[in-house]
Amino acid sequence: MQSPGLYVHIPFCRVKCPYCGFYSLASSSLVPRWLKAFKKEVLCYKDRFECFDSLYLGGGTPTVLEIRDLETMMEHLFIHFRFDQDTEITIEANPADMTREKTDCVRAVGCNRVNLGVQSFNDRELLFLGRNHTAKDAVRALDQLRASGCTNVGIDLIYGFKGQSLKGWVDTLKQALAFQPEHLSCYQLTFEKKTPFWRMKERGELRPLKEEKEEALFLMTSQFLEDKGYLHYEISNFAREPVYYSRHNLKYWDHTPYLGLGPSAHSFQGSTRWWNFRSVKRYCEALEGRRAPVEESEELTKEQMRLEAIALGLRTRQGFSCGETSYDPALLDALARLQDSGFLRVINGRVAPTTKGFLVADRLPLCFFP
Amino acid sequence: MTEIRNFSIIAHIDHGKSTLADRLIQWTGLVDERNFRDQILDNMEIERERGITIKSQAVTLPYVNSRGEHFELNLVDTPGHVDFSYEVSRALASCEGVLLLIDAAQGVEAQTVANLYAAVEHDLVIIPVINKIDLPSADIDMVKEQIEVELGLDSDMAILCSAKQGTGIQEVLDAITNRIPPPKEGAHGPLSALIFDAQYDPFRGTVVICRIFSGRVRPGDTIRLMSNGATHKVEDVGIFQLKRKSRENLSCGEVGYIIAGIKTVSDVRVGDTITLDSDPIASPLQGFKDVKPVVFSSVYPVSSDDYIGLADALEKYKLNDAALVFQKDSSAALGMGFRCGFLGLLHLEIVQERLEREFGQSIIMTVPTVLYRFLLTNGKTVNVDNPLYYPDPVTIEKALEPYVKATIIIPERYMGAVMDLCLERRGVNSKLNYPSQGRIEIQFDMPLAEIIYDFYDRLKTVTQGYGSFDYDLLDYRENDLVKLDILVNGERVDALSQIVQRERARPRALRACEKLKEEIPRHLFKIPIQGVIGGTIIARSTISPFRKDVTAKCYGGDITRKRKLLEKQKKGKKRMKMIGSVTIPQSAFVSLFKTDNT
Repeated sequence: MQSPGLYVHIPFCRVKCPYCGFYSLASSSLVPRWLKAFKKEVLCYKDRFECFDSLYLGGGTPTVLEIRDLETMMEHLFIHFRFDQDTEITIEANPADMTREKTDCVRAVGCNRVNLGVQSFNDRELLFLGRNHTAKDAVRALDQLRASGCTNVGIDLIYGFKGQSLKGWVDTLKQALAFQPEHLSCYQLTFEKKTPFWRMKERGELRPLKEEKEEALFLMTSQFLEDKGYLHYEISNFAREPVYYSRHNLKYWDHTPYLGLGPSAHSFQGSTRWWNFRSVKRYCEALEGRRAPVEESEELTKEQMRLEAIALGLRTRQGFSCGETSYDPALLDALARLQDSGFLRVINGRVAPTTKGFLVADRLPLCFFP
Repeated sequence: MTEIRNFSIIAHIDHGKSTLADRLIQWTGLVDERNFRDQILDNMEIERERGITIKSQAVTLPYVNSRGEHFELNLVDTPGHVDFSYEVSRALASCEGVLLLIDAAQGVEAQTVANLYAAVEHDLVIIPVINKIDLPSADIDMVKEQIEVELGLDSDMAILCSAKQGTGIQEVLDAITNRIPPPKEGAHGPLSALIFDAQYDPFRGTVVICRIFSGRVRPGDTIRLMSNGATHKVEDVGIFQLKRKSRENLSCGEVGYIIAGIKTVSDVRVGDTITLDSDPIASPLQGFKDVKPVVFSSVYPVSSDDYIGLADALEKYKLNDAALVFQKDSSAALGMGFRCGFLGLLHLEIVQERLEREFGQSIIMTVPTVLYRFLLTNGKTVNVDNPLYYPDPVTIEKALEPYVKATIIIPERYMGAVMDLCLERRGVNSKLNYPSQGRIEIQFDMPLAEIIYDFYDRLKTVTQGYGSFDYDLLDYRENDLVKLDILVNGERVDALSQIVQRERARPRALRACEKLKEEIPRHLFKIPIQGVIGGTIIARSTISPFRKDVTAKCYGGDITRKRKLLEKQKKGKKRMKMIGSVTIPQSAFVSLFKTDNT
């Protein structure tokens, strides 16, 4: 059994980005209340999980926290949970927050992997994306991280929107590569429900790219980065070497247990998944009333586990084990056809998507059910 | 002493029949205001939705007139659409009189005439009722003239009413009691009862609906069905007062139900005569003419495991709709199913909807066709109701298709549009009549195949709802008929084949290719759709593949949502049919004959 992962959702941002669907508040007034509640939540799960080998601080923007809050939070985690010695500790960072002091603090509290939300190295694009930093801020943050001795840096980028030229995207990629990041996440812009971008799309003010264009950009990105030696190990994720795969995120895709703390965080153990209230207020109220802040939980049936294993497996280069499919001749036939048309490969008893397969990963799972 | 009157309301579709029935039910106090709803006799969900009556319904209204005489008025509601004239004639067999309902604004329409003939054939007393007199466009003098001239009835006898507003209802009730004679059969003598409908009740078995022509029946009697000699012990008899209401007995002249533990649905045949086993009548009552289906289509279960369930559902369905005929059928693409015969396209659609809603069947129906006739070079004649059995073209000496005489009544101003439509639908030998001022009756000889193919809807569109239409089968005429096959991803889908006139083949094929392109979802690969005659491709469309279908992110919080979406898609896929590597939804099969008003 693989070691479980621990996720902490820090639900605060300096500004809300108009494309982002994750839960966060643009004010830090509730930080003290949240931190108090958070400590209570940690106690709820004492001894419920094995020794963790990954810790992921996400959000929101974890780096908006004051240094002392960050320290308190980490201290609390280390006191009450057990961690493996070489635990991968990732923090999501905003270039605007990464002052010298914050960078040193991040390192000092134990983060050995920093994922910097650069999004673009083009100021005009950053403006469109509603980011609160410039390309220069990102460059400074990256230099500082390297100078602080961080040897596992990830850069998050967004592409595929009106106003970004092909050249603009390639320039951003090139500038990112100049820092030789260990990890790259390249997300095609999606219109998440209830975000300002989504509403603009509904009103016809913002149009998504044509499917053909998205396809071409995706393939080009994959090709470009693979040529530079990166491994395209998940639909939106690239790593310089397998050791730089996001250890924590891999757990989401292969049903390894994980515990999620904080508002809207999801947890999974055995065949149970549960998730917390989205709103900071409701989350705090529950814990203040000595109740778990869990909004809902579900118990997966065997069939649901199988469906998820296939669907999630098809998002990574690893694919899923052939044992997940039944030996229905019709399904084997479908499998053979998908191989012939270059969507899938079968290697070492696993069914794995090709890059072309990644592009239609949401369609593929259905092919394995009659 | 309670007197009985058996009557029915006949009318062209939309002339307000169900509203008048509603009003009579209210007037006689059968239901209180609280429990009343519109179209109260139309039990079927689909009747309410479409605002039409499909099934005949019987109801017994208790009524006391101003002289204090007690009556039992048996009202049999009837459908108005041309497809269901069969139901009308069955209903009429149980009546002594009819209310002939005419819309004061629309006047006499094609179905009014057809229904009147049926009533005259049954020797019934006819009471003309002019309805909707409250409409601003009502023209009572015009309608009266039409009643005199077109129908040959005495217009002074016509009753004016507005079923919607409730005016003239008393006059209607008086006419029913005064003008329609009581049933004339003697109360004595052996039992004879004509079955004119049946229902299936999961708790009580088959419920037989009948009109007693002589004698009487009560619980405990042993009845005999004359067609097969089967005997059953009567458990319950009674009348319909919207719900079943038990009675001590049913006697001569009454309309009601008999429950006799008849478990086998196929034992009951509409038109059969019921008598007493101990004291049978000598010969059965005259039943109904066997209806000949004119439209054929195959029904398949979406999942081949459901074949037995479908067979059972069709059996039960037929009990309630004697006009449906079916037999086993099989298709390379769709597996085991049934070839069904229908009275018309609306009938087909109704059967489809009722099978799905009331019987929970997921079904696929193939393109409807008429009964073609082929004279072969070896001197033999074959009747083909299924494109699968289209003969080898080299052996065909002569191909024949059924023609009908279509009668259309319209206000003069639509003549051009209707002529165009009829000519486009291969109409020939047109005849024009001017039955009354400003109105035209157009008659055309037309291939039946053109009529079952959305003709009625097109007619309604081009005449803005003023066109009325009826048809009678004429004869078979020679034509150049070919078989149009549809290939999906290079595979012939036999269930999509149609027989068409050669000149019409290309437009028909193009439309089919376009329709299928809309209905078949995109796949991971390109799907060509081709219309083919013999080996020649005459039409083509292509469904482009998914280029990209993937969300950028899928972390802890996205997984449950993603799985739920997949579960939904999985369920949807179960309702589709796999043909080769292409999944085809039910709607694609239907789309080839569903109307679009373009």
